[in-house]
Amino acid sequence: MDVLNAIVALTNFVMIPAVAYGSQLALGALGVTLIYSILRFSNFAHGDTMAFGTMMTILFTWLFQSWGVSFGPLPTALLALPFGILAAMALVLVTDRTVYRFYRDQKAKPVVFVMVSLGVMFMMNGLVRFIIGPGDQRFADGERFIIKARAFKEMTGLREGLAIKTTQGITVVTAIVVVALLFWFLNRTRTGKSMRAYSDNEDLALLSGINPERVVMYTWLIVATLATIAGVLYGLDKSFKPFTYFQLLLPIFASAIVGGLGSPQGAIAGGFIIAFSEVTITYAWKKVLRYLMPDNLDPDGLVQLMSTDYKFAVSFAILIIVLLFKPTGLFKGKSV
Amino acid sequence: MSEPFLIGDGMTGGYGKGPDILHDCTIAVNPGEIAVIVGPNGAGKSTAMKAVFGMLNVRSGAVRLGGEDITKLSPQDRVIKGMGFVPQTSNIFTSMTVEENLEMGAFIRTDDITGTMEQVYDLFPILRDKRNQPAGELSGGQRQQVAVGRALMTQPKVLMLDEPTAGVSPIVMDELFDRIIEVARTGLPILMVEQNAKQALEIADKGYVLVQGRNAYTGTGQELLADPEVRKSFLGG
Amino acid sequence: MTDTMKHSLMFAAIALLILLEGLTDWSFFSGSWNSSLVILNMGLISAIMALGVNLQWGFAGLFNVGIMGFTALGGLAVVLTATPPTPGAWSAGGPGVLMAMVMGALTVISAVAVTRVLPKGRLRNFLVLAILVVGFLIYRALFDPSIEAIEEISPAISGNLGGLGWPVILSWPVGGLLAAGAAWLIGKTALGLRSDYLAIATLGIAEIIIAILKNEDWLSRGVKNVVGLPRPVPYEVDLQNDPAYVEWFASLGMDPVLGSTLYVKLGYAVLFSIVLIALLWMAQMALKSPWGRMMRAIRDNEVAARAMGKNVTKRHLQIFVLGSAICGIAGAMMTTLDGQLTPGTYNPLRFTFLIWVMVIVGGSGNNFGSVLGGFLIWFLWIKVEPMSLELITLLTSGLEEGSFLRGHLMENAAHMRLFTMGLILLLVLRFSPRGLIPEK
Repeated sequence: MDVLNAIVALTNFVMIPAVAYGSQLALGALGVTLIYSILRFSNFAHGDTMAFGTMMTILFTWLFQSWGVSFGPLPTALLALPFGILAAMALVLVTDRTVYRFYRDQKAKPVVFVMVSLGVMFMMNGLVRFIIGPGDQRFADGERFIIKARAFKEMTGLREGLAIKTTQGITVVTAIVVVALLFWFLNRTRTGKSMRAYSDNEDLALLSGINPERVVMYTWLIVATLATIAGVLYGLDKSFKPFTYFQLLLPIFASAIVGGLGSPQGAIAGGFIIAFSEVTITYAWKKVLRYLMPDNLDPDGLVQLMSTDYKFAVSFAILIIVLLFKPTGLFKGKSV
Repeated sequence: MSEPFLIGDGMTGGYGKGPDILHDCTIAVNPGEIAVIVGPNGAGKSTAMKAVFGMLNVRSGAVRLGGEDITKLSPQDRVIKGMGFVPQTSNIFTSMTVEENLEMGAFIRTDDITGTMEQVYDLFPILRDKRNQPAGELSGGQRQQVAVGRALMTQPKVLMLDEPTAGVSPIVMDELFDRIIEVARTGLPILMVEQNAKQALEIADKGYVLVQGRNAYTGTGQELLADPEVRKSFLGG
Repeated sequence: MTDTMKHSLMFAAIALLILLEGLTDWSFFSGSWNSSLVILNMGLISAIMALGVNLQWGFAGLFNVGIMGFTALGGLAVVLTATPPTPGAWSAGGPGVLMAMVMGALTVISAVAVTRVLPKGRLRNFLVLAILVVGFLIYRALFDPSIEAIEEISPAISGNLGGLGWPVILSWPVGGLLAAGAAWLIGKTALGLRSDYLAIATLGIAEIIIAILKNEDWLSRGVKNVVGLPRPVPYEVDLQNDPAYVEWFASLGMDPVLGSTLYVKLGYAVLFSIVLIALLWMAQMALKSPWGRMMRAIRDNEVAARAMGKNVTKRHLQIFVLGSAICGIAGAMMTTLDGQLTPGTYNPLRFTFLIWVMVIVGGSGNNFGSVLGGFLIWFLWIKVEPMSLELITLLTSGLEEGSFLRGHLMENAAHMRLFTMGLILLLVLRFSPRGLIPEK
């Protein structure tokens, strides 16, 4: 029995990746949930909004790199991030003006909005592929690790190494800052409160003189910001590929629904629930168990509950269980 | 007779392009007064009030506030003109705290609202105790107080209540009426629609009995209560 | 001009486009009859898929974004039905796999039973959890060695269970059945919830089905693909070696290669047309029947229909299963046409959302509309690429030959098709939401 090594292995291979992935999902799910509570539809174009913002950030990163600008040990992408956000904001505002507003004025049914968002998804997806191509892009530069496995081993004398990638550290710190800012905005500022009021009771918000178009505009701006940040963090941590971002839609929706659509707290909780489930269920536990089991009981297989290709199945299964037993999600979401 | 402060004068109209529900219906209220609209189910009581507030098409007739013709204004613009409206249902932000509800009521104001909020808390002391609780967790009567308080936050020139006592117990109803009288004493004109005709007419300075979208009887609350016809038809003898 | 005439003209226009593809190489047309027939064949399959989706959306207002999954199940059906059985695979792992499946089913059933019987509480939660965990462990214990045994059998060419060796045409209804089964499971859980939830649930199930096809080598060979599937039509080589056919082709003025490829493709076209016409006829009958009227009544006012005593959820389940089965049939036909199952190529943009564009553009609620949409959008899907290439060539003609921008634009012109499809969908939704042939 070697509990210490087991804990380190667990942290290294399960906890840290899951926390980083969970933060990315939470930011994505926050965007979905905000759109849902203000504009009242499930936005299928969210993954591609993330892809667009990330792509613009990558383009600016390349521009800065070509100028020789760098951010020291941190990735240059962080410098480019604000520009990516601005571009994403412009895109979603144009989309809202040209596409969604028409249906809002018509008071169209939510399912029509979903359909329309499919069209938007296609166009954004095509646009991103057209500009940057369908291939894989890695754009993380700067220092790769905060703690290297070897350094950790030397420091502690343990057999297991613990590595924390810079991108993982950045992800968690950024996510905390962004979420704190978002909650401060929603709960403390007049505009934020008016968004909550609008989400709570649209008619009464109108009676109170809240301008719906302004609320919608702020929502899109926030969503563009969240989507770009989530996308860039995911891309730094793993890599950027338009199709992967489209596929992120499923775990993101799962997070938002598991937490309760329309509830920001729920979106965050949902993000971590989905991330931890995916990582723990698809992780090969052999390494951790080796330290915990007596030698003669050493597991011979990988002790992997499911192959990593089934990670979608994991988010989906959780989604179904929650839908069956608690359709409004863990935190009471809206049911329109 | 001088023009009342708020008057819906000879209103005829219905929802959207639908048939007319109101026929030449007149409703008016003056400062310091409580005007009550009563009538049988489907008489168009709430519709009349919504017409005054601009929520349906008034095809002929006019709505004037302080002498100004506001017939063409949207409900939102009427709020800015100084009309406070408390809908019958979903009239609070359930997920927000009492204080946030009041703040949202004052959304159109850019000046300091703490004074008005104090006034509302003085009027409804229970709300001061529950200011940080989500409004959705309050009891029915307390919710109605939040709803009225929210409307008062704009410092309206006239307050309109759509069945404020719907679904609350008789004791709570009495208390709500007391509060409404208190509000009226501050000089604010109040126009309200009520199911509980008898109790409402007792506190009313002016009563309108509507039947099928038309003015059937009009008079002071006491006159209507004394009118044998009204008693027989609407007040259960 | 009557509506019927207008709609017939639209069909004629599509037919003309497909004919022009074979007749002329002007502009984006290729002038190849082979290419024309390829478009026709995939157009027929697309029309069938659109018909299935229209059944769900147009008749019942059910929002299914898992079409890809049902299509892929159809593809799996071809492998399981038509390929010859792998020698020794069944004896090596068949019983184990079957046992494991039974165990899995028993686990789920007993978990559900416990949930139903026991009162809410900690005991119930614990028991259900215990059943699931133990069931899963037994399942894996039975399953893992069996699939290993199967996958060890000549992995280079098979390594899977193989199929029943039946004629490949039979796999089409089997594909329908497989898809229907999956649709029943998903419908049972997600129907009756809000409409967006069904959308997300179907999106998920489609991804899972693809993941299974990619990973379960014993079943579908995974990403190693199953190639050389049997065909319902003769092989080109055989035709070319048959003097009778060669002579016949020569009398039509064609060389044997061209003649044989066209002959084979025409064969598929005839088979697919029969299926399409049969399904279209059935869908039309269903639409006009009391059942169809009831479905539309439910779609238009669910609350009223419920109040009249209609079992809305049950009807929805019915039509959801039917529509998905049609997608399964189409999927099996497509895999048959391709002659191979390549799980890696299933992409929701192409296999789910494109079908949606077809239904919306054609006219949701109208069977002929979906068929028209199927052909039209498929034609555009193929042709947008050469079209946008031409457009970009034209637009960038001012730029010099080797410039970066021009090269980049030319290289990525292919991705314009997604953009164009989105644009078409948005334009139709905005300006003609009832589609080309609106519901009557």
